[in-house]
Amino acid sequence: MGNSSCKEERGPRFESWGRYPNFQADVVALHWGADFPLQQPPAGKQLPVGLGRSYGDVCLLENGTLLETSGMDRLLHFDAATGMLRCEAGVSLQQVLDFAVPRGFFLPVTPGTKYVTVGGAIANDIHGKNHHVAGTFGRHVLRFELVRSDGVRFVCSPIEHPEWFAATIGGMGLTGLITWAEIHLRPIVSRKIEYRGEKFHGIDEFFALSQAATSEYAVAWIDCVSTGRNFARGIFMQGDHSETPGPLTRSKEAKLTFPFELPEIALNRFSMAAFNSLYFHKQLGNQKIGPVDYEPFFYPLDAVLRWNRMYGKQGLLQFQNVLPHESGREGMIEILQAITKSGLASFLAVIKFFGDVPSVGMMSFPQPGPMLALDFPIRREVSFDLVDRLARITQEHGGRMYSAKDARMTPEQYQAFYPQWQEFARYVDPGFDSAFWQRVTGRRPLVG
Amino acid sequence: MADRAAAAAPKRVLALGATSAIAEATLRLFAERHASFFLVGRNVRKLAAVRDDLLTRGASAATAFVADLDDTGAHPAIVAQAVTVLGGLDLALIAHGVLGDQPEAEKEYSAAEAILHTNFLSAVSLVTWLANYFEAERRGTIAVISSVAGDRGRKSNYVYGASKGGLNIFLDGVRNRIDRAGVNVLTIKPGFVATPMTAHLPKGALFAQPAQVAKHIVRAIDKRKDIVYVPPFWALIMLVVRMIPRRVFKKMNM
Repeated sequence: MGNSSCKEERGPRFESWGRYPNFQADVVALHWGADFPLQQPPAGKQLPVGLGRSYGDVCLLENGTLLETSGMDRLLHFDAATGMLRCEAGVSLQQVLDFAVPRGFFLPVTPGTKYVTVGGAIANDIHGKNHHVAGTFGRHVLRFELVRSDGVRFVCSPIEHPEWFAATIGGMGLTGLITWAEIHLRPIVSRKIEYRGEKFHGIDEFFALSQAATSEYAVAWIDCVSTGRNFARGIFMQGDHSETPGPLTRSKEAKLTFPFELPEIALNRFSMAAFNSLYFHKQLGNQKIGPVDYEPFFYPLDAVLRWNRMYGKQGLLQFQNVLPHESGREGMIEILQAITKSGLASFLAVIKFFGDVPSVGMMSFPQPGPMLALDFPIRREVSFDLVDRLARITQEHGGRMYSAKDARMTPEQYQAFYPQWQEFARYVDPGFDSAFWQRVTGRRPLVG
Repeated sequence: MADRAAAAAPKRVLALGATSAIAEATLRLFAERHASFFLVGRNVRKLAAVRDDLLTRGASAATAFVADLDDTGAHPAIVAQAVTVLGGLDLALIAHGVLGDQPEAEKEYSAAEAILHTNFLSAVSLVTWLANYFEAERRGTIAVISSVAGDRGRKSNYVYGASKGGLNIFLDGVRNRIDRAGVNVLTIKPGFVATPMTAHLPKGALFAQPAQVAKHIVRAIDKRKDIVYVPPFWALIMLVVRMIPRRVFKKMNM
């Protein structure tokens, strides 16, 4: 086998999609719900992990045991009359789509990648471009089984153990292992999305387009590099599932893999400005309308496997926040100014309005108002300082940040963003923990 | 050609060791073609999960049957039951097996015997009954999951290797006997596959996913091949491994 240069005594280091931080951990691949609790319980803490697509440390645990669930990938039942799919928690959204699309169904809510598991989607109560009408993923979960590390198993739903249902949706995998779940799929008649892209210049035009948007899906790409005349320019993208019967074929597998880690120098102010300009001008006119396939609409980055290598060995920091409507405009301008001034932004930045559909999870992230998400290559100190500053601005404006995307929140910030954290802590499995949870409860310092 | 393969595609499948990761991935592809299944395994809960999965993916029927395949005395009844329930068989897939503990098997004959019993003798027993059934039917396929480890005795796992090597020779002989009756015997030789059986091994670049391996297995069944290495690049690796002179091989740490 290949030579390995790792010097760790125990297993390899485990990293999330952001590649920062990373921790050594033992990994146990779970293939069956019946195999948990483990026959030989580990000495330390445990944490379930799906495909590791969260960005910070929410799926990491130092010197513990990661329960890798992607082998639990069975589809247990599907009712074509109602769209109810029961599946094991390690089934990925890609696998759900491969199964559902040819049968005329689609995910009720999808994030920007299909390489996440159903268990991970519940644990982070993910959202998508249709949040303003559909709410979070958790709203479309009918039931699931939760297994605690002491072996107690129970089925949770809005009417069975509702408090555990609420704690586990958005519960970051800390309340126990989800073994299977029932989710409600929505019908479609075609793979196609009726797309409409419109350019905007400045935050006010974005707000106006959001107000006027009528589509199920709405999100905007925003240029976080350009200043002056081009400050906060972007493309507002809307879409609806096509109502014209069309192809319902299975997607082809992604073939491209980002082949190596780019050197740090590759992503700099100039290359990023060029990328942003290219992207803005890729759409020639002010408006572009027409049918597109759902793959590029929902998952443009999934076409290139391991794209996080673009950020080099240091990895990336993701920042995602939401601000209340009242302070949204002012706060977002302040944040965008801080970002453009830093010159650190990459070109993967999105902005959208969350709707007022309440989340069912106790610790769910979305709340009504404008939301911004983007990533920064990690340049020691500078990137950390910037994200720390964005966190402070978010706090000053009464917003909050997304745990699944975070590696930098302080305990004070987290506890201000999620004042219900102590109530949630009562539901945390005594055998479970995560690097994130240790950090935001003040039991672990930030990694520099 | 494609039409002929589809027309002859197995519709009634007996899976022995149905909860093995490679078997499960292979059965999923047959489920998408609406095959019906008789699933044999030891653990009732795991078997039920596999059955539900296959039914959800399109199987026209699936029956779970709990049995320990080490009990060779039960084999004729299992095959008979499968024939009855499915109304005949088109394909039998033998997938159960253990990796065993090589150091233990070096110290204790009983540990070596257990590996040989599960991987070799119980497969010999099943193939004996299945060969007779299919020979009389004058059609069908017996596909057996063996291993590249059976191609050459290696220091690090020769007991497992011997169990698979013996199996390969047995299958060669059976093939030569019943090929003329129109029955296909397929020896499947997987390399490293990321399954619960190999969960404790560090994963190198040579490891394949069960789903990837399954595609090659189904293709080999459709094409009525005799022997298939999965993924196919293992044929080349094992060609090289077999060609290493013995006096060199003796000194190697493989």
